[in-house]
Amino acid sequence: MDPFALKTLNAERRARRAAILVTDLGDGRDRIVREGDQVAGELGAAIAKAFRSGNSGSVEAEGRTFFLNAYLPQPRLLVIGAVHISQALAPMAKIAGYPVEIVDPRTAFATADRFPDVALHAEWPEDILKRQPLDSYTALAAITHDPKIDDFALKAALDANCFYVGALGSRKTHAKRVERLLALGATADQIARIHAPIGLDIGAASPAEIAVAVLAQAIHAFRSRGLEAKDAVA
Amino acid sequence: MESSIYLDEARDPLIIAEGWMKDGKHVAIATVVETWGSAPRPVGSHLVIDADGNFHGSVSGGCVEGAVVTEAVDVIDSGQAKMLEFGVADETAWQVGLSCGGRIKVYVERLG
Repeated sequence: MDPFALKTLNAERRARRAAILVTDLGDGRDRIVREGDQVAGELGAAIAKAFRSGNSGSVEAEGRTFFLNAYLPQPRLLVIGAVHISQALAPMAKIAGYPVEIVDPRTAFATADRFPDVALHAEWPEDILKRQPLDSYTALAAITHDPKIDDFALKAALDANCFYVGALGSRKTHAKRVERLLALGATADQIARIHAPIGLDIGAASPAEIAVAVLAQAIHAFRSRGLEAKDAVA
Repeated sequence: MESSIYLDEARDPLIIAEGWMKDGKHVAIATVVETWGSAPRPVGSHLVIDADGNFHGSVSGGCVEGAVVTEAVDVIDSGQAKMLEFGVADETAWQVGLSCGGRIKVYVERLG
């Protein structure tokens, strides 16, 4: 392996950015491809697929055998709101492979007693996001129902291109939210990415069922990254 | 080197390999490139080895690491990458194999 490739790869991994190490198994030459880099032909198609699936493997292209090692950041879920839904969502998401952090400045809600074994931040989203910025491998679910807490996080999630952005509330509530986000400078295209009402439509009624609907919607968003954009072009 | 709150740097094979390189050590990187059947570590997993035979990470559940480390020390000397294949251990007791019944292919290359 080229030492420069290793340094580049580790820098990308530290920054939570996806990268693929492409090794020619014939001559051992390698290079790093970052997400969004243009690579032509069969190899490019295989690289795009590996970025989406996160699966590593060998591919035959241009008469050569390449090994693609995909390094995707661990997807994670940031929940705004230490509410009843979050109590069910946190353990479920963790089991599904999406570690959860919960943010809620209301100290009566954000208690270790209500949320054992969860990374819990009893502070404003504005403060925690300064230390731990959002990124495209983070999902954000805003479920406090309180615009003072949710709105800033939603705008930040859209700007950071989070792979999933969901917001709790009825269509009527969301219509008002759209007005506020426009006032905050979000574009209509950005706002269209928000899943609201939140969760897949499975008729969820209880907080735990809503948690299932949210988790399933976030997983679907993660596994179809990049596909929506292609569909829109076609 | 900026540390990251998102990686377990003390146990991450590629971070360790970079640190060894900075310390002037000679390093080999082994990578699982193919698996068949039941395999303990997925394709893409790494074992990193220095010239003294110290290693971090894994390419199996501990079944073939010894053999990979031995080969890696050769690779560090020669600079020639190797493709190793391990299958089920058979009756010949000296053969290294995977008790789980799978087969794996491991690519071993020198860093630099």
